[in-house]
Amino acid sequence: MSAFLDHLPQFWQGLVVTLQLTAASFAGAAVVGLVITALRVSPVRVLRGIGTAYVETFQNLPLLVLLVLAVFGLPEIGVKAGLLETAIVVIALYEAAYLAEALRSGVNAVAAGQGEAARALGLTFSQSLRHVVLPQALRTVIQPIGNIFIALTMNTSLAAAVGVVELTATANRVNLLEAQPIPIFVGAGLAYALIAACAGFVTGRLERRLVMIR
Amino acid sequence: MSDLLFDEPGPRARRRIRIATVAGAIVVLGVVALAVRQFAANGQLDADRWQPYATWPMWRYLLDGLAATALAAVVSAALAMAGGLALALGRLSRRRWIRLPSAAYVEVVRTVPALLLVYIVLFALPRYGLDLPLFWKLVVPLAVSNAAAFAEIFRAGILSVPRGQTEAGLAVGLTHGRTMRMIVLPQAARRVLPSMVSQSVGLLKDTSLGFVVSYAELLYSGKVLATYNGLLIQTYIIVALVYLVVNASLSKLARVLEARQPRRRLTRA
Repeated sequence: MSAFLDHLPQFWQGLVVTLQLTAASFAGAAVVGLVITALRVSPVRVLRGIGTAYVETFQNLPLLVLLVLAVFGLPEIGVKAGLLETAIVVIALYEAAYLAEALRSGVNAVAAGQGEAARALGLTFSQSLRHVVLPQALRTVIQPIGNIFIALTMNTSLAAAVGVVELTATANRVNLLEAQPIPIFVGAGLAYALIAACAGFVTGRLERRLVMIR
Repeated sequence: MSDLLFDEPGPRARRRIRIATVAGAIVVLGVVALAVRQFAANGQLDADRWQPYATWPMWRYLLDGLAATALAAVVSAALAMAGGLALALGRLSRRRWIRLPSAAYVEVVRTVPALLLVYIVLFALPRYGLDLPLFWKLVVPLAVSNAAAFAEIFRAGILSVPRGQTEAGLAVGLTHGRTMRMIVLPQAARRVLPSMVSQSVGLLKDTSLGFVVSYAELLYSGKVLATYNGLLIQTYIIVALVYLVVNASLSKLARVLEARQPRRRLTRA
């Protein structure tokens, strides 16, 4: 246990980086995911194609491949960015595909009459999406989005494999120093479980507050 | 295709659609042009940097990596499915001492990153005298983490079989075990097939953790190759394309299976 307590500041630092990665990339993924969803339900065939191609590409590539390609490949074509920033952008783009897929199933679950009513009132495509369809779609997919958030938290650990010193990398480094794997890895695992538990709690609350009983 | 949000376009809408089409095409072409410019400006498009990938030895090396990826994926999928089935049945068991540990396993493993499990197998277990061969250092953590995912898929499938089926099985005098084996599981299996295939895509993606374990699967082979020939970007792009082709085919298979489901949930076209 002392191995864990002696390195508490390091673990705290690692946890902060993990939280930064999680929060920033989830925010980015939410924005990109919304845009992709809008593209995929738009009446313009080319835009739909772009949205579908985006989702297909990012869902079928391993995140680690994308991270390796971005972190080691981008400098080779003259794009220089910080390690943490690169990791955040890559994770955001990757998870955006999953968010877009979840949101689209939510849009499909909104009753057809809602879209028809919005058009009958004279709302344009983007108005009816913004004011009528998406607010209802979001409520039906709170649970899936919570699961994506948890998966994203787990996926931020892959940044350790390209050199970001977050929680998993910290655990590994401290273990190499102290050689007391059990307290160190259990501690790190508990921290992840805690984040996931918080996410589960928040989505549970949100769902009870927002879900509409039809 | 969702046509929830628009009607048959009239003349003005058609004009707007044409404008959006052109704008979308310009944005895509712009991004591609920017990428090509960056590649060209840094000499990454030179023919001699791509030439090696027109030769067989490079491809053979990468395809060997792909074979290792497939082997790791198949073995860990088999283990994870077997474990997942046991956990799903355990979670639905009538006995509490089976139900609780199964539920605990699924809930705990779901919230631990696969990479952390890999590090445990790599660095923690050898300290306790359990130094697995390289292949198993990749396969064991993947099987452990994916067993939880498969367990949830199987449990959902078993629960989706109507209760009447179990009741009918018990009514004709089958035991609980036989009802599960002969009546419920065959029906559940058909329903979970598409989810199993898409979870297998996720598992195949996870085998790229071989990069960390230094097990010579596709991504690690790419790393070795890039160190050897110095063609970093080209190698990783080829590796990414191979992953894309393999996984996209599997995802396509999942969609075909989904479409063939006899009584699928009605979704708006």
